[in-house]
Amino acid sequence: MCLAIPAEVVELQENETALVEIGGVRKVVSLMLLDGVKVGDYVLVHAGFAMEKVDREEAERTLAILEEAAEYGPLYE
Amino acid sequence: MKYLDEYRSPAILQGQLRAIRELDTSAVLMEVCGTHTMVISRSGLRPLLTPEVDLVSGPGCPVCVTSERDMGRALALASIEDVILATFGDMVRVPGPQGTLLEASSRGAAVKVVYSPLDAVALARENPDRRVVFLGVGFETTAPTVAAAVLRAREEGLGNFFVLSLHKLIPPALKALVHMEDFSIDGFLLPGHVSVVLGTEAYRFLPREHGIPCVISGFEPADILRAVYLLLRMKAEGKPEVANEYSRAVRPEGNRRARETMCRVFREADAEWRGLGLIPGSGLALREEFADLDAGSWEVEVPEVRERSGCRCGDVLCGRIRPTECPLFARSCTPDSPFGPCMVSSEGTCASYYLYEEEGR
Repeated sequence: MCLAIPAEVVELQENETALVEIGGVRKVVSLMLLDGVKVGDYVLVHAGFAMEKVDREEAERTLAILEEAAEYGPLYE
Repeated sequence: MKYLDEYRSPAILQGQLRAIRELDTSAVLMEVCGTHTMVISRSGLRPLLTPEVDLVSGPGCPVCVTSERDMGRALALASIEDVILATFGDMVRVPGPQGTLLEASSRGAAVKVVYSPLDAVALARENPDRRVVFLGVGFETTAPTVAAAVLRAREEGLGNFFVLSLHKLIPPALKALVHMEDFSIDGFLLPGHVSVVLGTEAYRFLPREHGIPCVISGFEPADILRAVYLLLRMKAEGKPEVANEYSRAVRPEGNRRARETMCRVFREADAEWRGLGLIPGSGLALREEFADLDAGSWEVEVPEVRERSGCRCGDVLCGRIRPTECPLFARSCTPDSPFGPCMVSSEGTCASYYLYEEEGR
């Protein structure tokens, strides 16, 4: 129920809202709970609200850690 | 899809599993998030991790932990003639003493499923001659969105928007869990989106006072495997802490604005959890300033709750038993015809087992 999906901010609109795109679908979300949102940011959307920005650097860093483990190779050859 | 697909490579999953296996440590770990429960079941992670790692589900599904008495109140409100009860879709099949909201709707009650609490505010705006009650269910992720809706309704001067606040808080539930006599969990996979709001500090008491390692985890199978690896490593090294695997979304300080919005509208209150009973300070009630919006204060007749014969949802929610150990599982309780709440929600432990796990079939 706490599901939140990363969506790209396409346009900032009036009344503290933004147009976002998720997998080709566009939707207006509220920015009442999140400061400093810019066009091009990825935000986590939950129940019609942007809850947090996805931190690109941290996303890359986590991916790098995961890929490092992938270099171990599979468990069963 | 950006920030999802990159985490789904089979090589990443294989590497994580190998890293886990090489630690050569066993543990019983509990996830406290319905979405994690569903991902674990759907991705087939459980059999891949056994026998070293036993993944147990905790009280991480807001639908499942809503008490029958509270559901009874929601149903009583829905049956009032001028009321429109607005709710998230997850709640319409949860059994209360008088049946479900879906059944009430078929008997003529006005039950509207909404995607956002702001849609409930819009309903109030569009129906000035009706009272709109929003069924406020959810953890720290959802409560700020309901608080924002309350502020919006107040700003617009709507006199016909109300909230039944059944929100619950995760840290007090974790505290209640670890104080249970038969508690024997070696580590917690903490909910990612609750932590987006809370940050990391709220969980510090678990390693500090109880020596239990915790990892805030994202929602891809790779995230969960990485979190399992970190938990096992902390256990093996005897250095429990709160680690943040989901750092791309969870900042250590959390989302202050969301928390401030939540605290502006709600105050902590005692709450009844299905399976765990009454937990002090684990719920949210509307502050005095918003008392006129509180549908929880309305005089309604709630039927007496009777013990649901044979249902073991309470034990499932505490991780005491697996769904397959409940005598009703897959017999008189299925997702098509749920008897207990853990089979109702797609995030319920029983539904996840039934739909995705070999054992459940």
